[in-house]
Amino acid sequence: MGAVQRRIGRGTAIVLALFAPVVLGQGSVVDEIAKYRAALQDGNPAELWEVRGEDLWKQKRGPNAVSLERCDLGLGPGGVKGAYAQLPKYFADADRVMDLESRIVWCMVKLQGYTDADAKRNPFGAGNDKKADMEALVAYVTSESRGIRMNVGLNHPKEQEAYRLGEKIFFYRGGPHDFGCATCHGDDNKRIRLQDLPNLTKTEGAQKAYTTWPAYRVSQGELRSFQWRLNDCFRQQRFPELEFTSDASVALTMFLARNANGAAYDAPAIKR
Amino acid sequence: MHRRHLTFALCAALGCAGILVGCATAPSDAEISAKAAAMLKASFKERGQAKLDRLDQDDTQKTCSEYAGRVPPKDVVDRIEKVNLASIRWPADGKFLGDWKSGEKIAQEGRGKQYSDDPAGPVGANCYACHQLAPQEVSYGTIGPSLYQFAKVRGYGLEIQKYAYGKVFNPEAYAACTLMPRFGHNGILTEQQIKDVVALLMDPASPVNK
Repeated sequence: MGAVQRRIGRGTAIVLALFAPVVLGQGSVVDEIAKYRAALQDGNPAELWEVRGEDLWKQKRGPNAVSLERCDLGLGPGGVKGAYAQLPKYFADADRVMDLESRIVWCMVKLQGYTDADAKRNPFGAGNDKKADMEALVAYVTSESRGIRMNVGLNHPKEQEAYRLGEKIFFYRGGPHDFGCATCHGDDNKRIRLQDLPNLTKTEGAQKAYTTWPAYRVSQGELRSFQWRLNDCFRQQRFPELEFTSDASVALTMFLARNANGAAYDAPAIKR
Repeated sequence: MHRRHLTFALCAALGCAGILVGCATAPSDAEISAKAAAMLKASFKERGQAKLDRLDQDDTQKTCSEYAGRVPPKDVVDRIEKVNLASIRWPADGKFLGDWKSGEKIAQEGRGKQYSDDPAGPVGANCYACHQLAPQEVSYGTIGPSLYQFAKVRGYGLEIQKYAYGKVFNPEAYAACTLMPRFGHNGILTEQQIKDVVALLMDPASPVNK
């Protein structure tokens, strides 16, 4: 804990140092940001979420007072190691394609006896007063796929359809700004302000982006799940709010996760 | 270019899977498009100023979505540009230039139209998110081309002023399926705000033209 706090403190000092080189021109600003990102890799507070998530996973909780240890994430009841690298996938018991968050909700309802609404009540944390158990659970499960190659299947017809729907959603333009995902993520070597944008239509870009979520966001002091990432992209697209674990969110996740196949999963990561 | 590889790879994968599961007919592209649109409607909820009608597409949005980042064939491009050009509302006073200093503020302002933004404003154009403009601002994006010295290289005349106004009002009139928002057409900026942004691009005193 103390070590993590020291690391965060050092990150803050580097952020402050960043303001100085701005006047020197853009090249040096980009260089300094690269140095800042490299320094962040030194220590990752995501570990705190991973540890809390593992504890929550194994605790007897909910109206049924059982743990999530018998939850089937696609590898059979209890299989957590490597499960995230194969999600989303079709689950026969639910007769639909599910991403990790959808499946955790499913297990909270079916095993622990929560209502669907209760399981989805607080998906995204907001500081110590409003910690999200969901993001902690996500941090734990995803950490158990670190180093494992992405291997998302398109075997079931509903998996194939989810991929095609996700691709359509990726290119769907709407709202007052005519934005779609592809507006920012459809070309190589683009930036918004100074923020690099991955080209998610290419294997390399999708791999690099998808395998580094969830992430601890230094600017927010929160561990952010992939569902959060999509939710906040659509906010900036000027769309209405994407509903947590909605069909569109799962289809889009299928499109991006499948495009990342072959890359070693490397999260929870740490981002600015 | 690479997008096509992904699509081919998927088609190949679907073909194999089709044989394995006994060749159930996969839905057509049009069926998937319709299903995706319906799925979106069911997957969002209105919040603040962002109502569900934001998911309704006009012809330009729908057509450009279908071409998925590729430039459409010439007849489609011509149709989109013609419709959008015809809908531009030109300033009644015939003047295109406002105040470049106000234009700089509008170009910097990223807020506006998100459900997290105050509906009372401010609403900016956030030009720097995608374009280089005044050289003093080094935090600019590269989704659009650099606009540094916009008028210095193109000229300061009335025709270029009119083009700049039209381009900010409705860029689909000049480049079908551009990534740039239709700031006037979609009611993001007021006429005066567009004039101010045009002044940032066109005024000889603007830092953009230094």
